[in-house]
Amino acid sequence: MTSVENKLGNAANFVDERIGAAGWVKKSLNKVFPDHWSFMLGEVCMYSFIILLLSGTFLTFWFDPSQRDVIYQGVYEPLKGLKMSAAYASTLDISFEVRGGLLMRQIHHWAANIFMAAIVAHLLRVFFTGAFRKPREFNWILGILLLTLGFVEGLFGYSLPDDLLSGTGLRITSAIIQAIPVVGTYISFFLFGGAFPGVGFIPRIFTLHVLLIPGAFLAVITIHVMLVWYQKHTQFPGVGRTEKNVVGHPILPVYMAKAGGFFFVVFGVIAFLSAVASINPIWLYGPYTPGQISAGSQPDWYMGWLDGLVRMAPPLETHAFGHTISWNILIPALIVPGIVFTGMALYPFIESWITGDKREHHLLDRPRNVPNRTALGVMSVTFVMVALINGGNDILATNFALSINQIMWFSRIGIFVLPPLAFVITKRLCLSLQRADRDLLLHGTETGRLLRLPHGEFVEVHAPISAEKAFILQSHEQSAALEIDDVDSRGVRRPGSIKNKLQRRLSKAHAVAVPKVTEQELKEIEHH
Amino acid sequence: MKRLSRYRRHKAAGPLLLIFALLAIGTTFSVASATVKSAPTAFARTAAIEEGKQIFLKGCSSCHGLNAQGGAVAPSLIGVGAASVDFQVGTGRMPMADMSTQAMRKKPVYDAQETAALAAYVASLAPGPAVPEDSALNYQRDGSTAEGGELFRNNCAMCHNFAGQGGALTEGKYAPTLMGVEPKYIYEALITGPQSMPVFSDKTITPAEKLSLIKWIKSAEAEPNLGGATMGRIGPVTEGLLVWILGMGLLIGIAVWLTTRAR
Repeated sequence: MTSVENKLGNAANFVDERIGAAGWVKKSLNKVFPDHWSFMLGEVCMYSFIILLLSGTFLTFWFDPSQRDVIYQGVYEPLKGLKMSAAYASTLDISFEVRGGLLMRQIHHWAANIFMAAIVAHLLRVFFTGAFRKPREFNWILGILLLTLGFVEGLFGYSLPDDLLSGTGLRITSAIIQAIPVVGTYISFFLFGGAFPGVGFIPRIFTLHVLLIPGAFLAVITIHVMLVWYQKHTQFPGVGRTEKNVVGHPILPVYMAKAGGFFFVVFGVIAFLSAVASINPIWLYGPYTPGQISAGSQPDWYMGWLDGLVRMAPPLETHAFGHTISWNILIPALIVPGIVFTGMALYPFIESWITGDKREHHLLDRPRNVPNRTALGVMSVTFVMVALINGGNDILATNFALSINQIMWFSRIGIFVLPPLAFVITKRLCLSLQRADRDLLLHGTETGRLLRLPHGEFVEVHAPISAEKAFILQSHEQSAALEIDDVDSRGVRRPGSIKNKLQRRLSKAHAVAVPKVTEQELKEIEHH
Repeated sequence: MKRLSRYRRHKAAGPLLLIFALLAIGTTFSVASATVKSAPTAFARTAAIEEGKQIFLKGCSSCHGLNAQGGAVAPSLIGVGAASVDFQVGTGRMPMADMSTQAMRKKPVYDAQETAALAAYVASLAPGPAVPEDSALNYQRDGSTAEGGELFRNNCAMCHNFAGQGGALTEGKYAPTLMGVEPKYIYEALITGPQSMPVFSDKTITPAEKLSLIKWIKSAEAEPNLGGATMGRIGPVTEGLLVWILGMGLLIGIAVWLTTRAR
C-alpha cells in the first residue's frame, strides 16, 4: 500500500468507527439499477427540484413578500412612478437591478415547468408499464401526493410577484374557494385575511412557498426515493430478467457517473431555456389591481386543464336557504379534480381488485399486453388534453382564425365523447399490436425477398426473429377473467351481488387478449 | 469681396450677421416644415365633397345606401364623422372583403386623397368626430408612458392583451394587434369606436390621456426582448408548449442517448 492509500484508509476507518456505516455503504454501492431512458424521468424531477431549491434561495435574498404600497422608482421606465406592492417592485428589481437576477428568475420558473412536466411524464411511464403494482402502491400514492404538492407550490410561486396575471390567478383561486358550499366564504376570508385581495395573502403564501411546502416536498421525495431503493427498481422483461433479480449497472462507477452527469444535463437544458427564452415577463403585465385584467390570461401549463374545465362549464347556479351554490365553479374546479386525483391514487387497488392479482410484480408490462389499463390511461390523457385545449381557447381562436364559441362547444361535447372514443381505439390498437407480436413470433419478420417455387408459386421469405426478441414477445403472462359466481357452492345467493357483477364484468373486460403463442404452436411451426 | 471684408470688424457686423442667419434659418424652416396647408376655400371643400360623393356612390352605396342611410347589412354613416371614415378606409377595413366576422386590416383600396374626399362627404352629412390634426398627435411631447400603461391596463388590456398583441372576442371576432398601428388610427379608433370597440370620448379619456396611451403603445412596440425570445407575448400558453417540445424533448432525447450508449 502506498502512503496515500494508507492515509485514506485511516481516514475512512476513523469515520467508520464513529458512524459504523461501512457495511451499509458497501452493500449500497453494489446496488444495481436497470437501464432504460424512461427510468430517468424520475431523475429529471429530482434534479429540477434541486435546481428549484438553489435558484429559489437566491431569489429570497431580494424578494420582499409584502403587499404594502410603494411608488416604483426603479430603472424600468414604463412603470416609473406607479403605485404598486413591494412584492411586485422587488420582483422588478430582481429582474432589472440584481446581477443575474432575471436569469435566476427564469431558471426558477422554467425549472418549475420542467419539474411538473417531468412528474407527469414519470407518472405516465409508471402507469402504462404497471410499475405501481404490489409492492409499490404506497410509492404510487406518494407520487400522486408530490404531483398535488407541485400544483399548489406552482400556483403559489407564480402568484408571489403580485403582477396583473398572477393577481388574476389569485382572483380565480379565491372564487374557487368561495364556491365550496356554505363554508367557502368563511374559508376565503380566513385565508385572505378579509375581502379579496387584502394585504395578507402574499406574505402568507410566501411562507408556505419557501418553508412548509418545500419541507413537505423534501420529506416525501426522501421517502419516495428510499422506497425505490428498498424495494429495488422495476425492470422491463428480457432474457435473464426475472421477478427475483435486477439486471443493470452497479451504482459505482457507471450508474453514479451517469446520474451525476445527468444532473448537469438537466441543469444545462434549464439554463439554456432560461438564457434564450423569456418566461413570465412580469414587467409587461403591470402591477395587480382588482379592476384590471388582460386578454389571454392563462395559468402555467399544468393548471391549464383546470382553467379549461372552468371555461367550458355552463352557467349553473342554485339558490337555497340563503346560500348560492355555483355549480359552474364547484364541478369543474373542485369535484372533477377531486375525482381525478382520488381515482389516480386508488388505481393500484382498483386494478388488483379487478384482476384478483395479489402477487408482487417487479417485471414491467409492455403497455399493449394490458389493453384495458393502457386504454384507460389514454382515455384520461385525452380528457386532460381536451380540457387543456379549451384552457387556451382564446389563444387558439386568435392564432388560427377560429371562433372561441366553436372551440368551447367542441370542448363541451368532446370532453364527453372523445375520452371513451380514445378508450375504444386504444384497446383495439393494443389488441392489434398483440396480434402483430403473435405473427412475428410464428412467422418471423418479412425480408422482402420473393421466391418463386418450381411449380410457379411465389412466396415471401420470412426470417425468424432473435431469441432475445422472441423471449420478450412471449414472456408476459395472460390470466383468465375472475370466476365469481352469484351463488356459493351450496346454491345460496352470495351477498353483494351488484359488486360481484361489476367485478366480474370488469375482470372480463380486463382479460381480453390475443392468445399468446403456445409451446405447441412453436413446435408445429418448426416442423413446417 | 474685398470691399465687404473691409467692414468685417465694423460694430454693426455682428448684429447684422445674426439677423441674416436667423432670417435664413427661419425661411428654410418654414419652407421645409409647413406642408402647404392653406385653409381650404369653400370652393375646394365643395369640390372634395362632390368627389367623395361620387366615390361613395360607386364603392360604398350598395351596402350603406345611396344617401349613406344604412341598409340591411351595413350601418348608417350619418353622423359618424370624418375620423371614422379615415380610420375605416385608411386602414383598408372598408370596403369590406369578407362580411362573415369583422372587417380586417388590409391594403387600402383608396389613396389618401380619395379617402379625404370620402371623409369630407360623410362629414358633410352631419357633424361627427373630425380627423385629428397632426399637431394634436404629438404624443412624444405630450404623453406620459407610465400613465398610458395604467390607462391601457384599465381600459384596453382586457381585449387587446397586456402587451397590445390582440385577443379573441366572441363568435370569431377579435381585438386586433396594436403593434405597428399609426398613432392617428389609434386616436381615431378611440374616438369613433370601430366594430366591437367602445367609444372612448374625450370625457372618458381626455385628449392628453389618449396621447399617453399612444405613447405607451409605441413604447410596448419598441420594447426590447429583455428575457430572451418572447414567443408572441401572449402569456403562459406558448411557454407551456416550449417546455414540452423543447425542454422535455431535449431531456428525453438525451436520456435515450445516454441509455443506448451504455450497451
